[in-house]
Amino acid sequence: MARITAGVATSHIPAIGAAIDQGRTREPYWAPVFAGYEFSRRWIAAQQPDVVFLVYNDHASAFSLDLVPTFAIGCAERFAPADEGWGPRPVPEVQGHAELAGHIAQSLIQSDFDLTVVNRMDVDHGLTVPLSLMFGQPPAWPCRVIPFAVNVVLYPPPSGMRCFRLGHALRQAIGSFDADLKVQVWGTGGMSHQLQGPRAGLINKAFDQQFLDRLIEEPEGLAQLPHVDYMREAGSEGIELVMWLIMRGALAPRVRTVHRFYHVPASNTAVGHLILENPP
Amino acid sequence: MALHKPYLDIPGTTIFDAERARQGYHLNSFCMALMKADNRARFKAGERAYLDEWPMSEEQKQAVLARDYNRMIALGGNIYFLAKIFSSDGLSFQYAAATMTGMSQQAYAQMMLDGGRSPEGNRYIGEKR
Repeated sequence: MARITAGVATSHIPAIGAAIDQGRTREPYWAPVFAGYEFSRRWIAAQQPDVVFLVYNDHASAFSLDLVPTFAIGCAERFAPADEGWGPRPVPEVQGHAELAGHIAQSLIQSDFDLTVVNRMDVDHGLTVPLSLMFGQPPAWPCRVIPFAVNVVLYPPPSGMRCFRLGHALRQAIGSFDADLKVQVWGTGGMSHQLQGPRAGLINKAFDQQFLDRLIEEPEGLAQLPHVDYMREAGSEGIELVMWLIMRGALAPRVRTVHRFYHVPASNTAVGHLILENPP
Repeated sequence: MALHKPYLDIPGTTIFDAERARQGYHLNSFCMALMKADNRARFKAGERAYLDEWPMSEEQKQAVLARDYNRMIALGGNIYFLAKIFSSDGLSFQYAAATMTGMSQQAYAQMMLDGGRSPEGNRYIGEKR
């Protein structure tokens, strides 16, 4: 049977992708950010997941306002990096896992999570920056990836609790897939940041640290946090953090924290990163 | 009964909700079109003429021409869509964020290096700092 071995949470700031693509990771501004992922690169090389179920949000790349799915699962064989206005990132094409994705879609919909099935979709920095942070710059990504896009652009996104419960259903879905696969679930976006209006630049370290603590120790309580608290405390774009609760919900109630990293700033944003392992 | 909108009292912040999305649909659709190189070229060759192809309000068009991002947001623009405009101009997210705060890009970048804008005094409209 397929099994979820670990969860990863990370910010997916586009400027990080640009720093990697342009070879600027050792510059004084960026070095502390990438230092926080050195352990992660070694860890994932040892883990060798077969599939990453990657929770992220599209930033007006694949989805315009013509179509705004709350939860969209990528069921295709492959996904191209999106052209976000300055040409696609020079990163490998993403290889999907159509069979597992289709299995998860059917299972989740039968668990009352009404997903949108997507068979053609380009993937933007929300998905490719986490891959670059964890895997560096290989000629091909070393595992399959199932993109799972959550709407956090048009208010309201799904609630934290909805995301957490979806994670539970995802655990069931992956656990019932009849193939010996090591699967990781990644939650991306955040941490505190606001990109718009006179309050742009908001960072709330205390909120972020407490979010990390509670995500590990008492995610059920954290899942009850209302949207407005994210927006008021962590900035209008800090609401992306609800996506981390899908990852946490997919893991066991008790997990082992093998890595934790936090840094301010990367461009406009606080960088947060966790690696959580399921008990064997 | 009206929808509950507890986010209206957050200072300097516009939440892109259903009302904003309806107001800004054509503005944001114009932005989305700038993802294509052909459209970017046509926009740059004649901004006013290109904007006139879209059923946007005159106010929205003026805000785009003036690159007044706060005004565009007030008129229904969403920052991820508006990003296509400043990207087409060859400008960064940090530049755009700085202009919305009224700070120079240098002062804004320094604020971020110093830990960002504090939430203290920035949670509620009218809150004492």
